[in-house]
Amino acid sequence: MNNIILTAQNISKQYRLGVVGTGTLSHDLNRWWASLRGKEDPYLKIGAENDRSKKAETDYVWALRDINFDVYDGDVLGIIGKNGAGKSTLLKILSRVTSPTTGTIKTKGRIASLLEVGTGFHPELTGRENIYLNGAILGMTKAEIREKEEEIIEFSGCQLYVDTPVKRYSSGMRVRLAFAVAAHLEPDILVVDEVLAVGDAEFQKKAIGKMKDISGNDGRTVLFVSHNMAAVKSLCTRGIVLENGKIAFEGGTDDCVSYYLSKKDNDATETFPIKFDEGEISKFVVLDFIGNNSNLLLGERCSFELNLRIKNPKSTRINVRYQVFDKDEKLITTLNTFHLNANKVLEKFDQSFVCFISKLKISPGLYDLGIQILDLNSKKVLYQNDVFSEVVVESGDVFKTGKIPSKENLGVFLSDQTWQIK
Amino acid sequence: MNSTKTSSQDSDWLYEIKAEKKLLDFNFKEIWRYRDLLVLFVKRDIVTVYKQTILGPLWFLIQPLFTSVIFTLVFNNVANIQTGTVPSFLFNLAGITAWTYFRECLTGTSGTFTKNAGIFGKVYFPRVIMPMSVTISNLLKLGIQLSIFAGFYIYFVASGKDISPNANLVLFPAYVFIMGMTGLGLGMILSSLTTKYRDFTVLITFGVQLLMYISAVPFPMSEILEKKPEYFWVFKYNPIAQIIEGFRYMTLDTGLFTWWGFFYALGFSLVVFFMGLAIFNRTEKSFIDTV
Repeated sequence: MNNIILTAQNISKQYRLGVVGTGTLSHDLNRWWASLRGKEDPYLKIGAENDRSKKAETDYVWALRDINFDVYDGDVLGIIGKNGAGKSTLLKILSRVTSPTTGTIKTKGRIASLLEVGTGFHPELTGRENIYLNGAILGMTKAEIREKEEEIIEFSGCQLYVDTPVKRYSSGMRVRLAFAVAAHLEPDILVVDEVLAVGDAEFQKKAIGKMKDISGNDGRTVLFVSHNMAAVKSLCTRGIVLENGKIAFEGGTDDCVSYYLSKKDNDATETFPIKFDEGEISKFVVLDFIGNNSNLLLGERCSFELNLRIKNPKSTRINVRYQVFDKDEKLITTLNTFHLNANKVLEKFDQSFVCFISKLKISPGLYDLGIQILDLNSKKVLYQNDVFSEVVVESGDVFKTGKIPSKENLGVFLSDQTWQIK
Repeated sequence: MNSTKTSSQDSDWLYEIKAEKKLLDFNFKEIWRYRDLLVLFVKRDIVTVYKQTILGPLWFLIQPLFTSVIFTLVFNNVANIQTGTVPSFLFNLAGITAWTYFRECLTGTSGTFTKNAGIFGKVYFPRVIMPMSVTISNLLKLGIQLSIFAGFYIYFVASGKDISPNANLVLFPAYVFIMGMTGLGLGMILSSLTTKYRDFTVLITFGVQLLMYISAVPFPMSEILEKKPEYFWVFKYNPIAQIIEGFRYMTLDTGLFTWWGFFYALGFSLVVFFMGLAIFNRTEKSFIDTV
């Protein structure tokens, strides 16, 4: 079970920036001249790191640099990273669409890649003909397709139209048919792009569900490229985080997700301590389900930790109130020591207030967190800021059913619920 | 334990994805595994060309027929080019049938990378399947066009014209092979160059038209030898002209055939094919980055 099925060694990929123009020919000639003399490609030595925020100094950029990883039989490996981290490039190399500039990938199984569904669909051909064509493009033989033909047609739900040219199909039908073909692919290693999950919510669910079947029940090896953390969390057993073309983190799914979320543009934090008349806020952090300062996941644990230093601790009874506002400044929820009878006469100068939420049920989105600190003894507001910090909630497997709600049409929050059907 | 594990693993890798390129990496085993795809591509090419047309596959016949009629009018009636005992129309039809096959192979394969960038960018299969399928589907079209040529041939024989093929007809498969290989080879070279330099798309469209005239399609090579002998070398060393002339020689027993010309064209086609394959193999690895 735990044999290495695929290994990547020193994979790098260099791209040339700018347009293909007059410089191209001279560079090509230079390269050719170097190879004639048995020298190394002169342009491999240069090249900027793949960091989009900086203007590159050379014409060449490393989309991937020295990537090494192993995939074991039965793994569901999530490859995550921000846009431009090199995910798609790695995906292209894995699916042999393009070759790496340096390095080798060795594999023991047939790789089939699903970077898109319905590749090669011809509008003039009928659904049935396209099943064969698309299946063959994805690497199935005619015999294999014939065996699964009925199953595919049934799965797609297009029985009625299967002998009609695909150009007459609605876009939804086309996607369903294409996905049905893809879902019946049986390679040793499946490489899937998250673009698969494009489409309506129902289709996304179907796609994710089928992916779960493939990886869970069939024990197939899957490489799943995504920046949808919820999908990664529910599908993958292991993960790799790519950053600027390099592997930044490798490990269990939870750690990967947490690492990725913590790296997400959270740089603009307040500078502590924040002083006010009676004291100061020495620290405030929002912690995710495993205790990292990062974005929060729907349905998971999280906590808000506030450290206060109050000048006269013994004489103040502190009430802390967090308020979560949406971007229309509408109050979504309040977390208040007062309601929980947790107001406190401080015992020491330095005191921390941690609010734990066992299951976050605010629907995914971007929120402002406001903080109010009140002295109940003097009835005086010591500190108040309604846009103290930004909180990002990402969708997650809130009901532990594998159904990850899409961001739309959820309302403000999700309730725990049970259903009784009589 | 660890070392035995590694050594056993090293031996049974199914394949490797790497940067280095072999010059001629023609993996027959893999292409064989994808043979169904080849067949489906051929089928797609044939079936979809004239979908939603009234005349349908008749278009395969109309094109060479009308071209022959125009050629006969312009070159034989107006420009007064003589074709000997052979009816001019049949002479032209023979040249056009052979030329069309070559031209379709060339133009069809020369767009391989640019036209299929969408598919090639998303999924892997041996890229060479694509130009191969073009050549094969053109072979089927050639078959259809040869049948109309045969039809007119019989008609002219029946109406008392003195025409007959000669013993060279046994070379027919060889000629088809040479035309296919030359078209495929040149097409693969051009398609590889087009991925980076689009200049070649422009070149192909008018280059092919010009090539037809220096390939002796609408007139016999003897005409050049007679009227402009100083330019004869252009036709002598043009393998396509040799093929066209040889094709007419074996079917209509007219024209200048030399074994030198035949082997020259054969040699040229093989060189071009393997060159094309080598360049194509180099290009397919990373063309998606430059296309």
